[in-house]
Amino acid sequence: MFYREAGQFKTDYKSDSAVFPILQDRVGIAFMIFLALVVVPLYGWSSSSGEFFLNGIMIPFMIFALVTIGLNILMGYAGQLSLGTGAFTGVGAYACYKLITHFPELNLIVAVLMSGFFAAAVGIIFGLPSLRIKGLYLAVTTLAAQFFLEWLFIRWEWLYNYDPSGALIVPDITAFGIIIAGPSANAVVKYLVVTLIVIFMTWIASNVIRGRIGRSWMMIRDMDIAAELMGVRPLAAKLSAFAMSSFYCGVGGAMMVFFWLGAAEVESFDINHSFLFLFMVIIGGMGSLIGSFMGAAFIWVLPIIIKFLPATIGIEIYPSTVEHINLMIIGGLIVFFLAVEPNGLARLWQLAKEKLRVWPFPYA
Amino acid sequence: MSAEQEILLDVKDISLSFGGVKAITDVSFNVRKGEVRAIIGPNGAGKTSMLNCINGFYHPQVGTISYKGEVRKAMRPYVAASQGIARTFQNVALFRGMTTLDNIMSGRTLRMKRGFFWQMFRHGPALAEEIEHRKRVEEIIDFLEIQAIRKTPVGRLPYGLQKRVELARALAMEPELLLLDEPMAGMNQEEKEDMSRFILDVNSEFGTTVTLIEHDMGVVMDLSDRVVVLDYGKKIADGTPEEVQNEQTVIDAYLGVPH
Repeated sequence: MFYREAGQFKTDYKSDSAVFPILQDRVGIAFMIFLALVVVPLYGWSSSSGEFFLNGIMIPFMIFALVTIGLNILMGYAGQLSLGTGAFTGVGAYACYKLITHFPELNLIVAVLMSGFFAAAVGIIFGLPSLRIKGLYLAVTTLAAQFFLEWLFIRWEWLYNYDPSGALIVPDITAFGIIIAGPSANAVVKYLVVTLIVIFMTWIASNVIRGRIGRSWMMIRDMDIAAELMGVRPLAAKLSAFAMSSFYCGVGGAMMVFFWLGAAEVESFDINHSFLFLFMVIIGGMGSLIGSFMGAAFIWVLPIIIKFLPATIGIEIYPSTVEHINLMIIGGLIVFFLAVEPNGLARLWQLAKEKLRVWPFPYA
Repeated sequence: MSAEQEILLDVKDISLSFGGVKAITDVSFNVRKGEVRAIIGPNGAGKTSMLNCINGFYHPQVGTISYKGEVRKAMRPYVAASQGIARTFQNVALFRGMTTLDNIMSGRTLRMKRGFFWQMFRHGPALAEEIEHRKRVEEIIDFLEIQAIRKTPVGRLPYGLQKRVELARALAMEPELLLLDEPMAGMNQEEKEDMSRFILDVNSEFGTTVTLIEHDMGVVMDLSDRVVVLDYGKKIADGTPEEVQNEQTVIDAYLGVPH
């Protein structure tokens, strides 16, 4: 009833090919950005539990969403399976750490974005097998990247400046006159930096995906023989997907250490994280940017809500029991959603919108 | 048919085998610029293998293929695409996760030049290029009368329309040589008539040279200027539809010979 495109006419191809051609969608996305950039920081700044809300929920959610977009570019758009996501985020994190400790005068945001290039280079190298190997077998070769890089993060002590604990420890870092990372940084500042980077990079991703490069990825994904026949070079298409995907993962990894964890060891980039991001992509929806946010929210935010729900409504349960119930609920929900819609939450959202457009007269 | 004698594609004595299986044996034929050339033959005669050789998917062990007067070396299919050879497939090979519009836009890939930087921001030259190609794609959509399904994911389309979208995608490449692998397979009479009309229109309006494989003899005889007949990988006849129809070897191949 309210979600209608009746009367919204497109008179040129530019407005017809916009990301959100329907006015209601544009209002919706503007509202979401307003929430993310104004309401959430205000709440975090004023509320007593705001610090936890930002540090424990919103910052990791944003970072995970970015990494999920990265993996989605590779899996959902270019159709190349990868289990090395955790390691690629690690490359970004270690690269950023080295950049910051060697060039302390370098702006942290520049360093974070630069570390993406290191991850992209590593991603290209481990993407080379994709020219010969497809599907699950490719996933196995990216597993090699995961194990090799994890080993490297421990053995190559230069990477963590020979610190005896083997950890990356973030000092206080100042940029634009304020402390934006480190133990004494304000959560609101960290949240705003992360969110702005994530929004900007999501916008870039949506542009690339809708253009020639994104189309050539999808061509390779859907029918590689026909794609090659239409003039797509498999080498360029697959490796550029690996590069861009790893860039996003690398930036995400750098932000994980500098804006969220504060101190990180190799465990933060292990195979469990690769699986975590894989689940976020699958639950959220392959080949969907909005699905990446939904997937990250589902896997990261929902368990936290379930964890604190009994206490807020006054039911007393042992924390360990909550933990077990949590696992069961989340597991059950994953099975439920995948059974209802194997293409993920984004597809459910899309179907809901299609239904809403003709509601309440679906046959009219 | 003014440029009647100019030869666009010349296949000379090619042989192709997979291990012990001989798919094509010493076949020669040519395609003149601007004509509709049909390749026919019973199942397993090597017709699709022949198209795959022209495309660059397969490389014949013996013989040469010259295109526009130049002998081709072994090369990848995307080089053939950049030389102006487009193709549709026997089993629809559309990009199923994309809309009709995106599928046809994908045919413009080779003609889009803007690099990653402009694509990132989708502004300025990249946007202008995108819109320019969209206009060309819309012309093809109008030409093939598929305006209504522009934004529909191709996976949801009925088979006959999918075939038409595949033709549209090939046309978006603005090819000089269009290879059609069984464009009428699985269609009803009406859809076949539509498709035949489109092929003739493409041939006469854009001057595209067409090489097609087809099993419907009525269609082949009506559409094509010349027909080459293959059987068990060998050429058994070549000529105008009337000549081929009366050839005894062709009748034997299709009807069988009593032993």
